[in-house]
Amino acid sequence: MKTNYLMLHTITRIVALIILSFSVYLFFAGHYTPGGGFIGGLMFACGLLLLYLSFDLNKIQTVLPIDFEKVIAIGLLIGIGTGLNSLLFGDPFFTMYFDTFTIWPFGEVALTTTTPFAIAIFLVVVGVALLTILTIAGDEA
Amino acid sequence: MNNLLLVPVLAPFLIGTILILFKNHLTVQRWISAITAIGMLGFAFYITYIVYVDGIQTIELGGWAPPFGIVLVADLFASLMVILSSIVGVVCLFFAFQTISKEREKFFFYPFYMYLLAGVHGAFLTGDLFNLFVFFEVMLIASYILIVHGGTKYQLRESFKYVVINVFASIFFIVGIAYIYSITGTLNMADIAVRVAEIEQTGVLNAIAVLFLVVFGMKGGLFPLYFWLPNSYFGPPSAIAALFGGLLTKVGIYAIIRTFTLIFIHDPGFTHNLILILAGGTMFFGVLGAVAQFDFKRILSFHIISQVGYMALGLGLYSQLAIAGAIYYIAHHIIVKSALFLFCGATEKITGTTDLKKMSGLLKSYPVLGWLFLVTAISLAGIPPLSGFFSKFALILNGIEQERYFIVFISLVVGILTLFSMMKIFIYVFWGEESLAEKDKNKPIMPLLAPILPLVALTVILGIGAEPIFSFSMEVANQLLEPSQYINSVLKE
Repeated sequence: MKTNYLMLHTITRIVALIILSFSVYLFFAGHYTPGGGFIGGLMFACGLLLLYLSFDLNKIQTVLPIDFEKVIAIGLLIGIGTGLNSLLFGDPFFTMYFDTFTIWPFGEVALTTTTPFAIAIFLVVVGVALLTILTIAGDEA
Repeated sequence: MNNLLLVPVLAPFLIGTILILFKNHLTVQRWISAITAIGMLGFAFYITYIVYVDGIQTIELGGWAPPFGIVLVADLFASLMVILSSIVGVVCLFFAFQTISKEREKFFFYPFYMYLLAGVHGAFLTGDLFNLFVFFEVMLIASYILIVHGGTKYQLRESFKYVVINVFASIFFIVGIAYIYSITGTLNMADIAVRVAEIEQTGVLNAIAVLFLVVFGMKGGLFPLYFWLPNSYFGPPSAIAALFGGLLTKVGIYAIIRTFTLIFIHDPGFTHNLILILAGGTMFFGVLGAVAQFDFKRILSFHIISQVGYMALGLGLYSQLAIAGAIYYIAHHIIVKSALFLFCGATEKITGTTDLKKMSGLLKSYPVLGWLFLVTAISLAGIPPLSGFFSKFALILNGIEQERYFIVFISLVVGILTLFSMMKIFIYVFWGEESLAEKDKNKPIMPLLAPILPLVALTVILGIGAEPIFSFSMEVANQLLEPSQYINSVLKE
């Protein structure tokens, strides 16, 4: 019996895009308002998971050949690296640096070293969530 | 401010993460982790040297001053523990190279080995109660994975119990932290110590002290909460069992000593006598368990319990000599116990079993292994001039000075029973008719013995050079008994 997933596929294509972009918005909102790396990462993982659910596991893996183990490792490395950069200036580990820059076309932008740390959390959360779920899903037995 | 303190915590964490990227390159993983472990040992000595010369070192992470920010603190006790765990870290790693199968190595063995060391070092160096909890969790999660690594049926069953009991203990831990925060309004250990001294240690704080004692006792294997330990340490391969047996329970003991020499020190008539009672029970019931067993690894696991009792005994007596004895005992125990577990791994590699009744007469084909084991075993039992003697001597001497004859009596009986069960292993495994098959007689064991040799040498050195090492322990104990040094160097008052 061939099942027809037309509605699921069509809606997923639209909704996944919205979820993924909203997760990026949440990520950047996180510095002063609710949001941040953890929430953003979870929502990003949910968006990807929706794709995995509605399409086939193998099909998505050919489109997005990502090794989530490596994603976790890279995330952790970025996180440690953010802490380590303060050692270069002889400050204690994890000292935060903050300054405002004028960058075209955004105008005045506040840049801080906590942002790469949030990216690190984002990557680790995405990696862990998807690795866990895909490992269980890929279990044949 | 001294960023050097970060190295023992951060280096294994960073390297472990890098190792994940080399998932399929086992030789690269081995080389990197070996270099890291040895380098870390060097750093541990360097940090201890600096602490010894310049006094207690602290670092405020992110530049936030305590009691608001997170601090790492290295006093003599903490840095000594870092040295000991680095030694075991190096030795067990080299033993793992020889004994861990390829299938196990491939599934992130080395990264989690490094994370375990990061968690252990973090727990030693942190100056903050909540971060103690965090590093305990880092260590425990890595240990959950290593204990079930390989996934045999026995391991899966026993490590489930291990996980449940530790999660349970962690819940109590966080409850205890919440209580102490609600009373003192701070989580920095030095600051808590100041506040507790101000408000006097009465009913509520004693209740919290007991709660912490239960939590750390569960992790450290104190009576009556040791029941999980022997079965769960039986499952994993010997390199892991040696690491766990040497290190993990000692982190619990470290936390007990830290909290009960820094924070809960104002009512020793209640808390420290309670510890003394628990110590007696731990020593006695642990050794009874060991006497009843006929399996190499299980006997060693039960001995961990009885030995933990001696360390608690030192804290319970609460004098400079007794605490110095306890510290000396921790050093002796970490080295000797890891060595014994590795000997167990070596004989298992030769005979394929850990059941004493199935082994006999190894001495004829493997004389070096046999005699080295004997030296280590009698050191555990406390025969002079090896390290076990001097640590027990200090504890018993101080027990008699304080006229606590009953606990002294128990510890002497336990010493005899320890000797008995060690001799049981030696007689069953190494004496008697040789029962080895012809192909088992000439296995190359030097690569297996090479990592153990430094440990055996250390127990001899600790025994023969007891004078300078014991005077170092006395200084460590002196620092522990004067918490004002710790408090002043953290809060900079």
